[in-house]
Amino acid sequence: MAIRNILNKTSDWLGGDGPHHQIVVSSRVRLARNLRGVPFPGWAKKAERVTILETIRPRVEGLPEMGDAYSLPCQDLSALEKQVLVERHLISREHAAKGLGSAVVMNRKQNLSIMVNEEDHLRMQAIRSGLQLKAAFKAINKVDTELEKELDFAFDSTLGYLTACPSNVGTGMRASAMVHLPGLVLSEQINQVIQAVNKIGLAVRGLYGEGTEALGNLFQVSNQTTLGESEEQIIDRLQKVILQLIEHEQNARMTLLQHRPNTLLDNVGRAYGILRHAYSMNSKEALNLLSLAKLGCDLGFYPEPWQVAVDELFMETQPAHLQKGSQQKLAADERDALRAEIIRGKLQECPGPAMASVLSSVPAPTTPPKEIGDA
Amino acid sequence: MLCDVCKTESASVFLTQIVDGKMQKVNMCENCSRERGVTDPTAFALADLLKGLGAAQEVEQIVGRGQKCDTCGFTLVEFKKTGRLGCSACYPVFSEGIATMLSGMHKGSNHVGKVPERFVKTVERERVLKDLQQRLRKAVTEENYEEAATLRDQIKGMGEEE
Repeated sequence: MAIRNILNKTSDWLGGDGPHHQIVVSSRVRLARNLRGVPFPGWAKKAERVTILETIRPRVEGLPEMGDAYSLPCQDLSALEKQVLVERHLISREHAAKGLGSAVVMNRKQNLSIMVNEEDHLRMQAIRSGLQLKAAFKAINKVDTELEKELDFAFDSTLGYLTACPSNVGTGMRASAMVHLPGLVLSEQINQVIQAVNKIGLAVRGLYGEGTEALGNLFQVSNQTTLGESEEQIIDRLQKVILQLIEHEQNARMTLLQHRPNTLLDNVGRAYGILRHAYSMNSKEALNLLSLAKLGCDLGFYPEPWQVAVDELFMETQPAHLQKGSQQKLAADERDALRAEIIRGKLQECPGPAMASVLSSVPAPTTPPKEIGDA
Repeated sequence: MLCDVCKTESASVFLTQIVDGKMQKVNMCENCSRERGVTDPTAFALADLLKGLGAAQEVEQIVGRGQKCDTCGFTLVEFKKTGRLGCSACYPVFSEGIATMLSGMHKGSNHVGKVPERFVKTVERERVLKDLQQRLRKAVTEENYEEAATLRDQIKGMGEEE
């Protein structure tokens, strides 16, 4: 079964080897497109959606990029399978609620996925590891150029690509980067940073939490507007902001090491202790502790190979990923026990954080800590 | 306190987000918050929702006229509920109702990005035509009739190319 193969194979972009991968987990660019003269999916009747899907799906499957693709009608996917795809960011939550008349087509590497009849007729996205917004855009733009030869996309010379929601008209593009910012959170600078980013018209969203209290210190930064700027301008602006965020995060980590080593060591050390010895852990706690383990890897507290194990645990401990290995549906407390077991197993051989050797290699502070927000 | 979205159920989800440096608040009932994916912020931005709500108020005035999209039968009553339009032909039909909303939502009011291959010529032609018309108006106000005549002929010539 095709779906089994997907579920059992991790996504290519999770490999964590892209540029700036320590801080930027992944880069995504999605384009929204619609067919002219037929109702948008939300307004179309079921029969119309089926017809639209039948028009679009063969064209998408015929793309050179999709030579080895998985093409999955939504009604053939179980709730659990959909949830796994949501956790991997291959389909949206909204798409997971769809049935007959909707589908997703994704390549084997799982770095290109095209949703048919989500909010728009086509939602196409490319994901890359690390900071690779330009590469992701290039990939998805190529797909779009291929498809527009055969599909009559709704386009207006003033408003650009026409989308179901007016907030997407113009380029129909949302570019986003998922960033891991434990240093800025621990040093309590994160709210300032988020406000500064918001001020310049970019959105910051948590990964699984509400508002600014993102779980696992993971944040998604994306463009808010789509009309009035070209794709390249939007990506350029986002890229510059992400590079600044990386710099601020690195400064925050260094400042913590230099000025508040005890806070940092206490957090990293406690995370290690709990991850290695807990017997029940909910996904929120797991994300937050794994974030600290990841920070420990970045700072050299753990030997390098452990980075991969920690990165994998972020995905493997998500509710649907946990569930997919079991025959019957697990209750919440069973999931928490299983989660703790998986983490203990994976980190069994992981040595304790090498606090002393890291601290001894920290350079003495030369300049006072840089203020955030003046960038 | 009533839900800002459906305005019938009582609100139990309270959200605060800073958008463009301003604090925005929204109150929702459990159903609406679930429908809009509030529990999954990856798919949710308060900003989008707020803009949708603000727009709904503007749209309200036009709803009364009962305008309908000939292509898909969509009316702005539905737009008030979902914040989504019916089809691509709805844009010109309801342009009056969504123009202010668009300008509040976006950086500009003109698309400057990618143009599909089959539109490149049309878009280019429209841009040239707009430019010529603007220059013609200027020439007329400046009483530069010689240039105005040349521009008029150019515009006419473009019409014949079709």
